Amino acid sequence: MSHDSTPSKPAAQQVAKDVEELERRSQTAARLFDVRRIIGGLFVVYGVIVTLAGVFASEEDLRKAQDININLWTGIAMLILGVAFLVWLRLSPTVPPPAVRDGDAAE
Amino acid sequence: MLHLAEGLRLPTNGLDYTLLGIYFAVVLGIGFAARRSVKTSLDFFLSGRSLPAWITGLAFVAANLGATEILGMAANGAQYGVYTVHWYWIGAIPAMVFLGLVMMPFYYGSKVRSVPEFLLHRFGPSSHLLSSIIFAVSSVLIAGVNLYALALVLKALLGWELWISVVVAGFFVLAYITLGGLSSAIYTEVLQFFVILAALIPLTVVGLKRVGGWGGITDTLSGEKGGAFMTAWDGTGIGSANPLGANWLTIVLGLGFVMSFGYWTTNFAEVQRALSAKNLSAARRTPLIAAFPKIFIPAVVVIPGLIALVMEPTLGKTEKGLQYNDAIPVLMRDLLPNGVLGIAVTGLLAAFMAGMAANISSFNTVFTNDIYAAYLKKDRPDEHYVATARWVTVAGVLIGMGTAFIASEFSNIMNYLQTLFSFFNVPLFVVFIIGMFWKKTTPAAGFWGLLTGTVGAMVNYFWLYKQGVIDIPTDQGANFVSSIVAFAVGAVVMVAVTLFTKPKPAEELAGLVYGTRSPGEPEPLGEGDDAWYRKPALLGWGALILAAVCYVPFSF
Repeated sequence: MSHDSTPSKPAAQQVAKDVEELERRSQTAARLFDVRRIIGGLFVVYGVIVTLAGVFASEEDLRKAQDININLWTGIAMLILGVAFLVWLRLSPTVPPPAVRDGDAAE
Repeated sequence: MLHLAEGLRLPTNGLDYTLLGIYFAVVLGIGFAARRSVKTSLDFFLSGRSLPAWITGLAFVAANLGATEILGMAANGAQYGVYTVHWYWIGAIPAMVFLGLVMMPFYYGSKVRSVPEFLLHRFGPSSHLLSSIIFAVSSVLIAGVNLYALALVLKALLGWELWISVVVAGFFVLAYITLGGLSSAIYTEVLQFFVILAALIPLTVVGLKRVGGWGGITDTLSGEKGGAFMTAWDGTGIGSANPLGANWLTIVLGLGFVMSFGYWTTNFAEVQRALSAKNLSAARRTPLIAAFPKIFIPAVVVIPGLIALVMEPTLGKTEKGLQYNDAIPVLMRDLLPNGVLGIAVTGLLAAFMAGMAANISSFNTVFTNDIYAAYLKKDRPDEHYVATARWVTVAGVLIGMGTAFIASEFSNIMNYLQTLFSFFNVPLFVVFIIGMFWKKTTPAAGFWGLLTGTVGAMVNYFWLYKQGVIDIPTDQGANFVSSIVAFAVGAVVMVAVTLFTKPKPAEELAGLVYGTRSPGEPEPLGEGDDAWYRKPALLGWGALILAAVCYVPFSF
């Protein structure tokens, strides 16, 4: 354990530098799709399916859920959530990251 | 470990399986679509430190909202009553706020890629390697235990054979993490968060109607279990008995301070989500945004536990009959029609897979970054580490699947293992907190504090408690005490070792210790981050006050 403290200063700074360099080359910001599209899409599809199940609910379904048409209400709520995510995506789309600046390479 | 009773088979039909199938397809799609964003190892491990705060925040809470947590906390609700809210309002919120307001500038600002890497900077290689190995081994085994729990639940609910569940769930997790790295893990967690809520909210609504609302629950359970069952603090005086087997001091110190701070502030499976945020402001807001849903989760987890107890008063009474863990499955079986039932099954399965994925994605980062690249194969090109991380993911999932099969043979041993791992976070927390606030703390003190704290907790649990040397009424109570012991032992050893060993020079600690700053320019605020609703202090104090207000109706 005694040798722990000797050369770690350059190591720690080197790591921070490496991470900065990797951050510059990172492609996630530029190429990763927006998760709102997935949430919105899935919940619209789920919402439609579950709402339809509610529209055609059987007597037994209703009795089981204490006379609440739970499929209908859940389906509508999911549909609203899904549409809300798609509208949000439409109103404030993903901001494309700034292109790699020239000055950065010299650092 | 989750053991569900016989006779819980859900009346699922084609509609429910369609909803489940759609989810699996979407998850796989996320993996393939995220693949093209992975260019560097930083993309794979930390999504290139580029995600917005609302995504990392929801992933932060979802990574904790695994199925074992959901079923387990509903079980605690049925077993201990309203006391279960302590796991949320005192056992999570203060620690999440502390992480965001106090610790995150050191984590994120020092540009470390993992929690063990912070130890490397603050202390040195020996504590780094020790905590990396402990973390890597425990996360793979916990992933396996999760997978086994998933298989048990699916066998009870859907009648799937154990090996089918293990292979199918393991394969999907393997596929989307190998393809997209942390980005697909986080996206899946955000998706899972909404799906599980879409299942739990209808379940709670229908359940409340069935038992006559909150008033119905209170009347029935206060009559059967005594009035204290429906309160948060009654009977927690030192020396008085209550269902939890803990007094206010062990609740506040053991659960509220040591255990919860250990889990929320140093568990890399959680902290990793915050480290992937796009700037320091977003990283600080990650656990703070997560705190708000966390405050309200008991409403859809603990209340169903209480509802289940009203509907099935025999819950947990007999060995053969329904167990406390069956609380939510019982409600799903008795109250949800096909359709919402499919959403509930999907949500539960998604929660299991997300819990496992959180373990695997933090494991591959620590193994590749902190063990392989730091000690085994240094200075390779970055592409080499991306490829390695993918193979490490495959290996991690396969070992997890193997663990799941072993667990089916030795489920008691697995119970012990899980308890064992719960000890590792507390010593890690003591090392962090002392190392962050006392700049004299020496590298040797970090190592020995970590080691003796872990051993101290094990000695307390396995010898003092299990052998009956001291008398603690319940396992939960013993866990609280073990973590207090781990904290005290670790702290005393660190102070003692520090007095006799050499500290690091002050200039090596810049940005790692309270009162210092990372070298270089402070990061500018992102665009719009100065809006009042994005101020970390406001969000943090707001969460604390809200949690305190939530206690009011259950305290007087």
